[in-house]
Amino acid sequence: MPFTRQIVEEGSSHGFIAKARAPTVTMPRIKALTTGSIPGFIDVVMNLNSPALLEDNLIRQAKDAGKRIVFYGDDTWVRLFPRHFTEHDGTTSFFVSDYTEVDNNVTRHLDSTLKRADWDVLILHYLGLDHIGHISGPHSALIGPKLLEMDDIIKKIHTSLTARESEDAPPDLLVLCSDHGMSETGSHGGSSEPEVSTPLVLISLAFPRKGGAFQPSTVEQVDLAPTLALALALPIPRNSVGRLLPAVVEQAPLREQLRLLHLNGHQLSSLLRDSNPTYQRQDGYELFRVAEKAHGNWMKLYLEGNTSEVLGNLGRKVLKQYLEALQSMSLALSKQLGRYDMYSMIVGMGLILEVLALLLLAMPEALGGAACVDVPLAPACLSLPFCLLGLLACSTHVLMCTSAEANCYFCSLPWPLAFSALLFVAALLCSLAAMAVCVLSLSLTFSLSLSPLSLQSSLDWTLSELDILLLTGTVGQTLSLGASSFIEEEHQTWYFLLNTLCLAVFQDVCRKYFKERRVLGEEREESSLLPSTTDGDPLRPSFSPATELGVSLGAEKWLALTTPLLTLVCCRLLRSLNQTGVQWAHLPDLGHWLNNGEHKVFLSVLAVFSLLLIFLLVQRHCSLVSTIALALGLLGIYSYRAAVGSVLFPWQHTSRSISKGTGEARFVYVFVLGILFTGVKDLLCSQVTAAGGGGHLRSRGLWEVYSGMVLLVALLLRPHNLPTLACCLLVQTLMVQFVWERLRYDAAQITIMHYWFGQAFFYFQGNSNNIATVDISVGFVGLESYVEVPAVILTAFCTYAGPVLWACHLMCYLSSERDRAAGALSHGCYCLAVLRSVPAALYVALTTALRYHLFIWSVFSPKLLYEATHVLIAAAACLIFTAVDHDHRETESDG
Amino acid sequence: MWDVEIRGMTSAHAIIAASIFMATVIPVVLVDNFSVYGTHLVWLYSVACSVAVVNIAVFWLLGISPPTKKNTLNYKLSRLIRSCVYFVLSCLFFHAVVVLYGAPLIESALETFSLAVLLSTLTTLRCLCILGPNVQAWIRVFSRDGWVAMSVWDTSLQITSSCSIVGAWFGAFPIPLDWDRPWQVWPISCSLGATGGFLTGLLAAPLWIRWHRKQLTYKLK
Repeated sequence: MPFTRQIVEEGSSHGFIAKARAPTVTMPRIKALTTGSIPGFIDVVMNLNSPALLEDNLIRQAKDAGKRIVFYGDDTWVRLFPRHFTEHDGTTSFFVSDYTEVDNNVTRHLDSTLKRADWDVLILHYLGLDHIGHISGPHSALIGPKLLEMDDIIKKIHTSLTARESEDAPPDLLVLCSDHGMSETGSHGGSSEPEVSTPLVLISLAFPRKGGAFQPSTVEQVDLAPTLALALALPIPRNSVGRLLPAVVEQAPLREQLRLLHLNGHQLSSLLRDSNPTYQRQDGYELFRVAEKAHGNWMKLYLEGNTSEVLGNLGRKVLKQYLEALQSMSLALSKQLGRYDMYSMIVGMGLILEVLALLLLAMPEALGGAACVDVPLAPACLSLPFCLLGLLACSTHVLMCTSAEANCYFCSLPWPLAFSALLFVAALLCSLAAMAVCVLSLSLTFSLSLSPLSLQSSLDWTLSELDILLLTGTVGQTLSLGASSFIEEEHQTWYFLLNTLCLAVFQDVCRKYFKERRVLGEEREESSLLPSTTDGDPLRPSFSPATELGVSLGAEKWLALTTPLLTLVCCRLLRSLNQTGVQWAHLPDLGHWLNNGEHKVFLSVLAVFSLLLIFLLVQRHCSLVSTIALALGLLGIYSYRAAVGSVLFPWQHTSRSISKGTGEARFVYVFVLGILFTGVKDLLCSQVTAAGGGGHLRSRGLWEVYSGMVLLVALLLRPHNLPTLACCLLVQTLMVQFVWERLRYDAAQITIMHYWFGQAFFYFQGNSNNIATVDISVGFVGLESYVEVPAVILTAFCTYAGPVLWACHLMCYLSSERDRAAGALSHGCYCLAVLRSVPAALYVALTTALRYHLFIWSVFSPKLLYEATHVLIAAAACLIFTAVDHDHRETESDG
Repeated sequence: MWDVEIRGMTSAHAIIAASIFMATVIPVVLVDNFSVYGTHLVWLYSVACSVAVVNIAVFWLLGISPPTKKNTLNYKLSRLIRSCVYFVLSCLFFHAVVVLYGAPLIESALETFSLAVLLSTLTTLRCLCILGPNVQAWIRVFSRDGWVAMSVWDTSLQITSSCSIVGAWFGAFPIPLDWDRPWQVWPISCSLGATGGFLTGLLAAPLWIRWHRKQLTYKLK
């Protein structure tokens, strides 16, 4: 940006590096720029749908002061400040793939607006650069021209402002700033150095020209709000924690400087007084009092007409005191404003931990043969302890909400709702106690009645190495969430565990096939008795490898042996596809290489190959109609990607005009819906028909639903991630055919393995525990404009594609196996619920304990958002599991 | 008889442990700027060499290795060659496993291979010394039913090998932490973990055998 550079280095301007706070997402940052406060993390969720900003802010102050404000750019502003602008034209920021229209939309108004003089404040928000970052990263070839374009715009504005300059009016101020930076991968949201560093340039003829080398100093992003407010002679927004930039007022007379600093200090000290009961003991507050007094003395001297050296020195001393006070108060406030609503947090955490305890206490029953848990909620409601607890909770609630300053979420709920929640907590606690007593007495009577013999046998209850690995892995992973590095690099944990799991499975397979001869003989006899090796059953819903792929027993042995190894190789390749995390995220990976414009041919070949593999692997489970639909759908996906411009058709050599590909995407949606519809129809039919054919129909219906989901994921994933999907399907097929079925793992083991695979694939597709890696462009596949509900659902589905697909596969697999005990599906569902809720509940407790940790906002909070979403998705999966299982049982009891 | 065997094994283990200690101390005198972190590969190879030499000396020369049926030079030579091939194969195997675990493929291949050599020395080499290049015997010892081992040496082999590998496995844990310590550099924590696990195994094996000597039945003895 040659012009801007020249202005910053030589012109009359001030340049700074403004540090933004995490989360570096547009909406919270706009709030920070206008209110000077530090918005919370929940604003990330609201980023998609921003309601009007009610806090005291610069824009409202300006409007109240009668300033006429004109705005062009990101329509987040228009939604944050409705009816604040005399003129505005918002541009939706969610078509991330478009980086020219969004800026032209702003620039087209510029010329006419600059010529007019009917405005006081003009705000322009350009989006193109951010979009280029999202599309192709900070090293893209598109960045240079875009920066030049921005430079031209700045030049244009500057020239026009200089021309407008007149003697009597105060000089104009041109502020160039940014809401957030851009990470090494081109996205934002985290708190890495390039993401939080933003430029802040103030250009005005009122500033002195400077020459020579220029080293920008580092300031806080929130400092802009008070500086602008004082510059425009507006009140400083009430919740601002920023400080006046002293460099900006350097030229003003000392009296004015002190006055401005005093205003800023007054605002900060009153904010401190409001937010902190012990404000009088704060260093900054005392410093401010001292400085205020010194200021008064100085004023007295000044008004007396004293113009000696003493006055100047005293003034400078006051100035220094003010600056120190401001810094100290601002620091105290920005720490302070992360206040926690402990009461609501404790109530919520209590509920979560109770549910967790309920799940754990139910374990013996849930994993038993009947797989049916009885929660004694009704008798608990009639007991005396419940009444006492309920009364206690309600009175505590009343006490908490009436005594404390009413700044609590739980208190702001309607009273009946809050009371019923508290009563529910109490009832759950009582029934938990009842269940605990039940379990304890059961185990006690058991051990007493059967004396030492049974104790011996219960101690002999051994776990295989695989069980030990699965349990320690789950527990260890949960514990690892206590360290911020392990959260940042959680993918490493999962890859590590998955590898170990594959090796353990490999060992099991080896053991099965390479036993000493004597044992092998026994095994043969034993296995011939089991129904799993009897072939030729026409209604058999499960898929026997021998009949399916026509392999002999010897070959099957070798295939079984290579399956875990092949899985390992797949995982290793996928791992190098997307580098995620923090420490090694900057390393080059295959995904970047493929997305580079020069390697489009490779990407196309890879995409074709993956789509073919997906077709081959999925098609086996489908009926003819669905197979055709699937083939057409996959073709549609390729043409959609070609239309968007990420892959090439072989006959197409020059890159043609890039469209949004809405038509192609909708074409695919039709087939997705069609396949899903057929699947659901089969599922419903299976309930009507007799039990014999019902099971078969049901499993086919489930597999068809699964195929539909695979097709949808294939559409939503970026083309370089298609191999992830193909590998996922390949691993599932091989594991089912050669390992899980052969080694007769029980439902719990299979569920844990599915869960681990799901987690690993979550990271394989490039996700991390950082907000920045969520691919929001997914929400616009096949949509013309931003529609909230489908966009959110599609984004969530695509982000959690790995876990969802594996959970779905688990359901299909467990319900299509006939050898399994009837409760297999509910066992799987229970295990999934426990697997998800244990880390989530412990993580909530952990975050509460670590709420004053340095990285609470940058590392722990995003992870909490991810955990919450994941729990929601797992809950939905469990509901579907239960529904399917319920139908299944009903049909069985009917037959 | 039991006590004699256990005592023999304990002393052998003590010698090996002492050799590891010496391999750490002696290079400090001989090599300039030697430190376990700074010149890690030198330390790694010195430990590997000393363990290899001591193992071969103890087990082969003192005649614990299985009696050879044929005593011809040709047969001995072929055994030696097979042992070497097995050792190299096991190095490659460990290298492959470590790469599958996520070690960089090309960048630090030398470090990865050194770790593989160390792991092979701590596990495969001892197997070669005690069991000879006999795959059937290996499978017998390391399969699950193999816990009915044939001698104290088999049990010791099981314990030390699994301890070294588990040690290396645990050694990978601190790598993602952002502490920026010198020992977090690849592969230092893993090789330290493997060595630590090996030493633990050397210590644990005699204790474990002594503790369980009632349950242990060495059938074919």
